[in-house]
Amino acid sequence: MRLLYFAWLRAKIGTAEEELAPPSQVHDVKSLLQWLKTRGPGYAEALKDLSTVRVAVNQDYVGSEHPVRDGDEVAIFPPVTGG
Amino acid sequence: MIKVQRQDFDVGRELDELTRGNPRIGGVASFIGLVRDMRTNNPGGESITALTLEHYPGMTEKKLAEIEAEANKRWPLDASLIIHRYGRLEPGDRIVLVATASPHREAALAACHFLIDWLKTDAPFWKSEETPQGERWVAARREDDEATQRWKVAK
Repeated sequence: MRLLYFAWLRAKIGTAEEELAPPSQVHDVKSLLQWLKTRGPGYAEALKDLSTVRVAVNQDYVGSEHPVRDGDEVAIFPPVTGG
Repeated sequence: MIKVQRQDFDVGRELDELTRGNPRIGGVASFIGLVRDMRTNNPGGESITALTLEHYPGMTEKKLAEIEAEANKRWPLDASLIIHRYGRLEPGDRIVLVATASPHREAALAACHFLIDWLKTDAPFWKSEETPQGERWVAARREDDEATQRWKVAK
């Protein structure tokens, strides 16, 4: 699974992109975020308040119940501020 | 047409190209977003020396194309254009150009307003500001969500 992080989530996690193989209990966005939080203090800090976190799977916005699978591109970022 | 680019753009040339060769077009509406130094609106507030726009290559273009397609579904447009820059920009620099062309002004004006409102809450861009106190990520504004929400109910 390809994970991408943007803006302050990237800064807190300390990387823009990584290839991960989550354990089998990770089956949706919610369980993926819970697992990521256990990967280190940067992740825990970045994902502390999920109300400020948005997720896209394969470049579409999704909710916490959306499934995630091997081979997906999952991006995690704060609410957007362009324009 | 969607353009996501680092370099600046020439508004006059872009609008010329948008309408060239199409005599059906009777009106063009455009919105240009600029980097604002917050101090000028907020005397005594923090000065912004520069702004850096980060984006999600691939998804940014995809979302902008979806937003443009939605505008074309809602209004009879003959042409539309979204240019959004990324990278480091300074106060006064252009960030975004939205332009719409139609036989009549109503569709062009409404579609242009729709595009900039929707783009602000759906296109994956993030602004980070440089201030004398250091770098700071810009927080999303509730007013922007409300502006987009309005288009989801009313046409």
